[in-house]
Amino acid sequence: MPTNITLEILRYRPEEEAEPIYQRYEVPFRKDWVILDALNYIKDNLDGTLSYRWSCRMGVCGSCGMMVNGTPVLTCATFMEKFLPGPIRVEPLANFPVVRDLVIEMSDFMQKLKHVKPWIIREEEQPLSQGEYLQTPAQREEYEQFSMCINCMLCYAACPVYGLEPSFIGPAAIALAQRYNLDNRDQGAKQRLELLSQDDGIWQCTLVGECSVVCPKHVDPAGAIQRYKVAGATDWWKSLLMPWGNR
Amino acid sequence: MTHNSRYSKYHPKWYRTRTPIFWWIHKWVHVRFILREMTSVFVAFYALVLLFQIRALTQGPEAYTAFLAWLKTPVSIVLHVVAFVAVVFHTITWLNLMPRAMVLHFGQKRVPKAVIAASGYIAWAVVSIVIAWIMVTT
Amino acid sequence: MLFVFYEYLVGRENKVMAQYETNEYDVVIIGGGGAGLRAAIAVAEINPKLSIAVVSKVYPMRSHTVSAEGGAAAVIKSNDSLDDHAYDTISGGDWLCDQDAIEAFVKEAVEEMLQLEHWGCPWSRQEDGTIAVRPFGGMKIERTWFAADKTGFHMLHTLFQTTLKYEPIQRYDEWFVTRLLVDDGRCHGVVAIELATGKIQAITAKAVIICTGGCGRVFPFTTNASIKTGDGMALAYRAGVPLKDMEFVQYHPTGLPFTGILITEAARSEGGFLLNKDGYRYLQDYNLGTPQSKPVLRSMELGPRDRLSQAFVKEQEKGRTLEGPYGHYVHLDIRHLGEKIINTKLPFVRELCLKYENIDPVKELIPVRPVVHYMMGGIHTDMHGATPLKGLYAAGEVACVSINGANRLGSNSLTELLVFGARAGKAAAHFALEQKEPGSAIAALAADETKRLEKQFLRKEGGSERSAALRSEMHRAMEEGAGIYRNQASLKKSEEVVRDLQERFLNISLADHSYTFNTELTSVLELSYILDVAEAIVQSALKRTESRGSHQRTDHPDRDDQNFLAHSLAYRNENNPPRIEYLPVTITRWPPGERVYGR
Repeated sequence: MPTNITLEILRYRPEEEAEPIYQRYEVPFRKDWVILDALNYIKDNLDGTLSYRWSCRMGVCGSCGMMVNGTPVLTCATFMEKFLPGPIRVEPLANFPVVRDLVIEMSDFMQKLKHVKPWIIREEEQPLSQGEYLQTPAQREEYEQFSMCINCMLCYAACPVYGLEPSFIGPAAIALAQRYNLDNRDQGAKQRLELLSQDDGIWQCTLVGECSVVCPKHVDPAGAIQRYKVAGATDWWKSLLMPWGNR
Repeated sequence: MTHNSRYSKYHPKWYRTRTPIFWWIHKWVHVRFILREMTSVFVAFYALVLLFQIRALTQGPEAYTAFLAWLKTPVSIVLHVVAFVAVVFHTITWLNLMPRAMVLHFGQKRVPKAVIAASGYIAWAVVSIVIAWIMVTT
Repeated sequence: MLFVFYEYLVGRENKVMAQYETNEYDVVIIGGGGAGLRAAIAVAEINPKLSIAVVSKVYPMRSHTVSAEGGAAAVIKSNDSLDDHAYDTISGGDWLCDQDAIEAFVKEAVEEMLQLEHWGCPWSRQEDGTIAVRPFGGMKIERTWFAADKTGFHMLHTLFQTTLKYEPIQRYDEWFVTRLLVDDGRCHGVVAIELATGKIQAITAKAVIICTGGCGRVFPFTTNASIKTGDGMALAYRAGVPLKDMEFVQYHPTGLPFTGILITEAARSEGGFLLNKDGYRYLQDYNLGTPQSKPVLRSMELGPRDRLSQAFVKEQEKGRTLEGPYGHYVHLDIRHLGEKIINTKLPFVRELCLKYENIDPVKELIPVRPVVHYMMGGIHTDMHGATPLKGLYAAGEVACVSINGANRLGSNSLTELLVFGARAGKAAAHFALEQKEPGSAIAALAADETKRLEKQFLRKEGGSERSAALRSEMHRAMEEGAGIYRNQASLKKSEEVVRDLQERFLNISLADHSYTFNTELTSVLELSYILDVAEAIVQSALKRTESRGSHQRTDHPDRDDQNFLAHSLAYRNENNPPRIEYLPVTITRWPPGERVYGR
């Protein structure tokens, strides 16, 4: 077991340089330290100017997504041991504009999230006095997987389509739309389908599949998008062959 | 303190990277993806071969014999072999991805992914056998 | 030609940063967690014409509500009653709870939880489709609703996604509030740093609601995220609002030793055992019942959290705990539950152990120790969420109503977010509707704040203290002096250290003098908040010479209802220790009794 390991971090200080540069730091190596622990050590002891996001340290808040040796990961869930002997290259999440050091600009994703209407849409609300909407465990399981998204955006970093075409709605947003479509309490599938069948919606996806590979919560956004395509196509055929259907 | 002439106070410039045209070269997964998408080129190639075949048919026996002769050239054979491999690759990747798009339920439980993919392979095998049988016996 | 086309492509991806048309609102909410978002929705539903700003130093889905695992309590099953829920809460809180607030709380709990269900929260269900409940520590009857073992995550995301459909809610994501604007005995808004650019601006409002959460980061071992630094508590404290019951710090008995990650109570309610280094279920030695093979409510491992944490300390004194590189710990054993139950009821527990300590709880023992988890104390509010400062409200963990008293029962705090978030929202909305004149022009105060921050942190030359060093010294002092067991001497020592650190803080030096996303500046500001909160905790603990709930004095081991059936109020006192006053507890129907468990 080595005592130290080197991290090579991509720094970007817009007030000082126009381009990002790599900077090397040597940190102690501990078997139970993750990359985030190393970053905290650097900030506390070596270089206080390093900026990055983190919060829960347990893979549920989604703040600490970064590129480690070219792969998007949650740095709180990635042990340094995996990358021995190093150096470990840490860069900000790909496909997003960089604000500073390892901090990326997220407003694009936030807009897209709102765009897919991720809330329960109902024609008529059942009054609270009547109690809960019934939902069997099997019905809950239908959408549970897609509800696990922590909005970490690793899938956007892994998606080549999003890299080439930033207007693509993206894996997480579509998976969350599916989460509501498949919820038996929701009645808004039609509205969302209209939104997502447009140019930058589900049809941009060419099923590279990397989004599902990097997802730390096994949401399988690629699966969500393909199922949506099937639903979209079926819906289109139905409207073509049976235009008198209930609109 | 600030050396960067492009920065004005409270207005930092975000840094954007451009995705290069050969973005897919760096990872085997991406290469495989591009190869999968490229199989469409070979499907188009085979459609072209059929078109030429039909044209040769309409142009008379000599043209058709010339066409058949072309089919036997090494270039054509190599292209056909590559096309065959590409189409098989395309089929295998497609069948493996099919369960992601099709979620079927048997009563309350979900049909496992392996079953859906397996049924695709079985259907492929059955159709291939039927066609082969027709080719051999007629 | 190609270049023009290329630039056009680039132009397409030029997303503008949030542009705010105005910085004047009817209601400003600081903090975008469960309470803050619920309050925002409540304001929007009172009157769609009210303009609302939610100012949070992180994006709302990163708020610490997201880490809660166990569940939220509400009376819904026929074998349960509001009085039972109230009594469990009151006795669990060692009678320091205001009973009128509790009666309102248990009554509104069900409606709030059903509302959240209507908004899409994926509560776990029974076979017939109705809400499922599970047992939880301190509750005599099962009433804890849960969403697998990620209740907080699902609640927060449901609330956040629901706020997206209300147009009047304007979010200020990653804006760090540095002070409250107070003028003429009224709160008029906040001053905040826009982290992405470093610009400091005033956001004015007719009413302000603080929902910034607790302050676990005052202590070294905590389940709390890095963002829980008591910001709102310090902001209110500095504005002259008292902090109530700050000495009551709840330890969660089972957290992973290095990271402080919480192993949910649900692991015990499903049937886990706590074992000392000899493999013995040591809780039976501490008046918590006798070991049974199935979990029994309010007994053994399902006893209240403070009693379990105290048992750990006593075991440690007897030398029966294990010692590792990060301190002492004991074992949590869930192997006997079997893989199937662990994967359906406790999947997150298994995932956490595997990912963060490389341990598989199906086959191995989990190392655990008490970690700071919740702050019962907070900003003094009444049962409508109003603080003594006009125009200022608070809800959630940052507030102390008090419904948690001296010790919170698990699964009450998630419900508290909804009930009091809604109450504070409604109260603030009504207050804002009554204000005729807009907030007074306080641009001068914002300019003052900019100057202060520049002078004290960004432009300063010299200074020798490093924030990391100050932080670790404070952690040591707080854990040793104001931890699970306290006494006069240890608290006095902590008081001195905190005082000393506050002076040394004035000499702090920053390496980062930039404006763009300067996280060193924010962590130093957070350190100043933590120090203020620590001062209030220590002083309140010093003055309460009794033991009650989670506040245990080895030099005053008994409960003293004669003198201390009251809340402590800590008022800021410039360069002196805070002034402590007492406010009697409101007793309605349940006279103080003895806390009994396991019988």
